[in-house]
Amino acid sequence: MSGRTLVDKIWDEHVIAELDGGLDLLHVDRHLVHDVTSPQAFTALTDRSLEVFSPELTFGSPEHSLTILAGRTEKSNTLSQQFVPLMRKNFTSRGLTLFDIDSPEHGIVHVIAPELGLTLPGTTVVCGDSHTCTNGGLGALGFGVGTSEVAHVLATQSLVQRRPATMRIVFTGSLAPHVSPKDLILHTISALGADAGTGCAIEFAGPLIERLGIEERMTICNLAVEIGAKIGIVAPDETAFEYVASRRYAPRGQMLEAAVTHWRRLASDGDAAFDRHALIDVSGIAPQISWGTSPAHTAPVDGRVPDPSHAPDEAAKQQWAQAMDYMGLQPGQPLEGLPIQWCFIGSCTNGRLSDLRAAAAVIDGGRVASHVRALVVPGSAAVRRAAEAEGLDRLFTAAGFEWGEAGCGLCPGLGGVHLAAGERCVSTSNRNFMGRQGAGVRTHLAGPETAAYAAIQGCIADVRRAA
Amino acid sequence: MDAFTVVRGPVAPLLIPDINTDVISPAHGGQGSMRANAFAPLRYLSDGTDNPEFPLNQEAFRDAPILLGGHNFGCGSSRESAVWSLIALGIRCVIAESFADIFYGNCFQNGVLPIVLGPDELAALARESAASDAIEVDLRTCAITTPLGRTIGFEVNPTRRAQLLEGLDDLDVGVRRRTQIEAFQRADRVRRPWVYLESAAVESPPTSST
Ligand code: SF4
Repeated sequence: MSGRTLVDKIWDEHVIAELDGGLDLLHVDRHLVHDVTSPQAFTALTDRSLEVFSPELTFGSPEHSLTILAGRTEKSNTLSQQFVPLMRKNFTSRGLTLFDIDSPEHGIVHVIAPELGLTLPGTTVVCGDSHTCTNGGLGALGFGVGTSEVAHVLATQSLVQRRPATMRIVFTGSLAPHVSPKDLILHTISALGADAGTGCAIEFAGPLIERLGIEERMTICNLAVEIGAKIGIVAPDETAFEYVASRRYAPRGQMLEAAVTHWRRLASDGDAAFDRHALIDVSGIAPQISWGTSPAHTAPVDGRVPDPSHAPDEAAKQQWAQAMDYMGLQPGQPLEGLPIQWCFIGSCTNGRLSDLRAAAAVIDGGRVASHVRALVVPGSAAVRRAAEAEGLDRLFTAAGFEWGEAGCGLCPGLGGVHLAAGERCVSTSNRNFMGRQGAGVRTHLAGPETAAYAAIQGCIADVRRAA
Repeated sequence: MDAFTVVRGPVAPLLIPDINTDVISPAHGGQGSMRANAFAPLRYLSDGTDNPEFPLNQEAFRDAPILLGGHNFGCGSSRESAVWSLIALGIRCVIAESFADIFYGNCFQNGVLPIVLGPDELAALARESAASDAIEVDLRTCAITTPLGRTIGFEVNPTRRAQLLEGLDDLDVGVRRRTQIEAFQRADRVRRPWVYLESAAVESPPTSST
């Protein structure tokens, strides 16, 4: 018999019961809850007179609906006026832990759960949000669920799930200067396609991954869902154990030692078989920028918009043409030099301290172009404090960037600022779908350095020229 | 939720790959109700009028209860409102080359049947039903009857099928398993004690740093 994969080992530890037709009843170790996808789940519980099964394993923070401009309150926009008090009521009436808008631990759930030591290696982490895969950076099995499933987790601390197929993506080589983990994963999606991982859990592996820090691994896992996989994960190693060690909810002392001993056994066995494989040499990757309306529509920043006549098939040809029409681009057009009106640095993809440091390092005496509005939005209150302690906020504001409050911000196009149809935004978030950041808004996904540099240049630009 | 046994009607062809849930259920730029809002980026032109190219705007498919999709249908956001939007349009069945995992699961929680067919079968089905002739999807026999009277079989997980036929979502069934789940947690507390945090919501958070 061949060995077992990381995902299968974690999965097996969580199977409460095997159900008919290859479905498993899976235990959920951490249930993260946010403001927008939870209200109907709580209503379902109330309607069926059900209690929360494991209140001590349920944690929430309002983040999607919030305005992210400095000085915001929950009253700042109509959506948060509605969703934040509702979430508070649902949480307090059921005795659940809420990191509320003014809490020092508030933030985007996928940013705060690792920060607080809620996300641990080998745990199952779910949330009514598809980017729960971010938590895989710590070696947790994280995945997004729908609102009915949120209700199911609240009421039973479990989920009915089909065991995913396994895929391993191995990265070799080293990233060139100014090329970030975000560039690596955007390149990977464009190389493999937006559905290469459908039905799979993706394990990211290889010497490069082993050298990366946890925040960088989380950026990579964050976009697993944009390859079609519900789960992205990196085997927990010393880097992960060290990250977890002093966190608020993490085990300590002997309990931590026992946990680490357990976690060490989770890595995929040397002879484990995967259903799908990909090997990516990262050495030649340039900073990336998306040109279309799927994260797979990505090109090197010094590249060009592709020609639909080169699309692999008729359906893709139609999709590319539609994307170009929406984005206001012509086949073959260079991406560099394309004027932008907005820059957004933040989100559960790139809203952590290392991202803000990378963006700030690009400023180098420059100023945001006069026709650009650029916002830097920390992923959590803790990231915000840490950045301020280093003076990053002053660097940003002196250069004309706005320094926001923690939240999802412009990623879902909420956040209390309105982008108009036809406007172009270079964004460090994860989705460039039609209408994602606002009706008719044109999103170009990029890493933090490329985004900051574009804000200063006033157009899409190659950050490698900054040096 | 509504049970699913047989659905009969025209099939609206939307054969573009990677139709995402932000497009099916947009957070912006909609026109009020969930029904009006569904597919807004594809369904309306920039001046707000109907896009005549969009199948559900064409007379033949306006009330189609079945949708044909490309590959990776329902990718992106986990929002269940994508399925609710389909229901608001009267769609009870989506037949596609492949589905994104979260969307696929959400369908079964709402009485919507997702069916996977190969690209050739899909193209044939689109051709046969192009003139808005009705097809029939029967979950009891797991068969599609085309306008030409051909039968195409499909597969659904037996648990999912049984629940759909009875109109049961996972929660209806899951609450019956609470004793089993308690037993699992008792044993797991011994195996992995660090997972089980004892008190909820009582501790006041210390001032923390990153
Ligand atoms: S930052 Fe964007 S992708 Fe991340 S949780 Fe918020 S809305 Fe979702």
